[in-house]
Amino acid sequence: MTDHTLRVLLGVAALLLAGLPFMPQWLAFLITLALARGLVVLGLALLMRTGLVSFGQGLYYCLGAYAAALLDHAAGIHDAALMLLAALLIPVVVALVLGLLLASYRGIFFAMLSLAFSMIVFGLLIKTSSLGSSDGFNVATRSIFGITIADGYNGRVFMAATAILSVIAAGALHRYLNSHLGRLSAAIRDNELRVEYLGASVRNVVHLNYVIAAALGGIGGGLTALAVGHIDPDMAYWTTSGEFVFVAVLSGTGSVLAPFFGSVIFEAIRTLANQYAPNIWQMTLGITMLAIIMFLPAGLWALFRRKARAA
Amino acid sequence: MSAILEARGLSKSFGAVIAAADINVSVARDSVVGLIGSNGAGKTTFINMVTGYMKPGAGTIRFEGHDITPLAPRRITQLGIARSFQVPQLFNSLAVRDNLLAAVGIVAAAASRWAHGAITRERAETVTDEMLGRFGLDAYRDKPAGVLPEGVRKLLDIAMALVVKPRILLLDEPTSGVSADEKFGIMDVVMSAVKSDRVTVLFVEHDMDIVNRYAQRVLAFYDGRIIADGAPGAVLKDDEVRKYVIGEELHVAR
Repeated sequence: MTDHTLRVLLGVAALLLAGLPFMPQWLAFLITLALARGLVVLGLALLMRTGLVSFGQGLYYCLGAYAAALLDHAAGIHDAALMLLAALLIPVVVALVLGLLLASYRGIFFAMLSLAFSMIVFGLLIKTSSLGSSDGFNVATRSIFGITIADGYNGRVFMAATAILSVIAAGALHRYLNSHLGRLSAAIRDNELRVEYLGASVRNVVHLNYVIAAALGGIGGGLTALAVGHIDPDMAYWTTSGEFVFVAVLSGTGSVLAPFFGSVIFEAIRTLANQYAPNIWQMTLGITMLAIIMFLPAGLWALFRRKARAA
Repeated sequence: MSAILEARGLSKSFGAVIAAADINVSVARDSVVGLIGSNGAGKTTFINMVTGYMKPGAGTIRFEGHDITPLAPRRITQLGIARSFQVPQLFNSLAVRDNLLAAVGIVAAAASRWAHGAITRERAETVTDEMLGRFGLDAYRDKPAGVLPEGVRKLLDIAMALVVKPRILLLDEPTSGVSADEKFGIMDVVMSAVKSDRVTVLFVEHDMDIVNRYAQRVLAFYDGRIIADGAPGAVLKDDEVRKYVIGEELHVAR
């Protein structure tokens, strides 16, 4: 079967960028959020391919957002490129350290430990009044790569940046997953013992994937902070991490495109449910999840797989 | 012949159960050694200690002169010791060919050659197809490993171990769970594959016909000790082996 992933990625990104000048602000904002969260889910999907479910991906989402926002808040740096660089680096450093411990755990222990770390950060942020405690604080961005962003264009610039970063991240991850090293992830999920007895380090691969997932989570958080213009500790709260797991299950892990697709669908369902059934929007999401688990256990992406096989 | 593997004073116990008691063995390069003994005699414990699956309580294991006793399984594998398992360790969700392809890829990744492109996807596929042919697995290439007959699963498990290109191969009951008709076929395939690569083989076996036919030397285990060591003909006639391993009633003339 021919692999069209990269072509589809570039095609969708080109379409989004071409349509950007004609897009209403609200739609650009919605797509930005969906793609940014899709990046976090992309990292989670990588962990799931390795047989691990993290209930604490909100930790890196939050760290990325706070790292970007703190450049503005504490250092007076308002350049989006530098803020996103901080959103990438801080989660990577934290994941390198935490990964030393987490790489030894599997199953429910990995899930609960990752959740515990995110709740520790949530607790710390809630108690830190200099960072706005539970209210968080606002983020201001004035330029990107030193070029001043004109008033009223922030939303479109951030959407373009999010689309470009999503293509780069998904393309790079697609290449990684198709390398010998990347294919180890699925092998580890299937049989760790055999992988070790073929001379590869399961621990190192899990650690590497954990750091990659953190990097994606951080970038997603950074982009969200820039787009929303406000951050708060809820980004590390367990319900945020749960939402990422929800989207990962909804979309499936069959392709690097799936998390973005799932994330867009999730945002659409949430927005529509909020608008037309504000009192039962959580129930709407719950019913959607129930239907996915019952009829599409491999996620929405399985629909494309079936279609590709039929063709 | 020089020794490729040496175990000195190996001991291992699990609570009150002694699985290995002062085992001293030296294995010659290119030899084929059969390990026999009843269940719980210490054969698999010996293999597990050599391959790093468990650490001995006391003693040392040397491979080509290097002390491998404290090393992790993957480091021991990288040095050139591979193994198969009593219960085949496969990637059950993948097809037979994909299992071997994954194994080739993992070995390449572990050796870091992937980064330099020394093993391309095409090269990996060539190596995989060659292995399929050598092990007679062509007919099953697209079948998921999880649904294969036990004999084929055993062969695939051994083929995956050989992807490492080891200098010693340890086979833990390669013919267990396989019909009597298939046993010799499996061993013939395995032995011809390892012979061309000059691999030293240690195999655990309960079928004495298999041991007699393929082993050049036999180690008989009982109660964590080696009670006989020598050529198959001599070991299988040993009184202790007949009593404790084969289970024959001995009638001593008075």
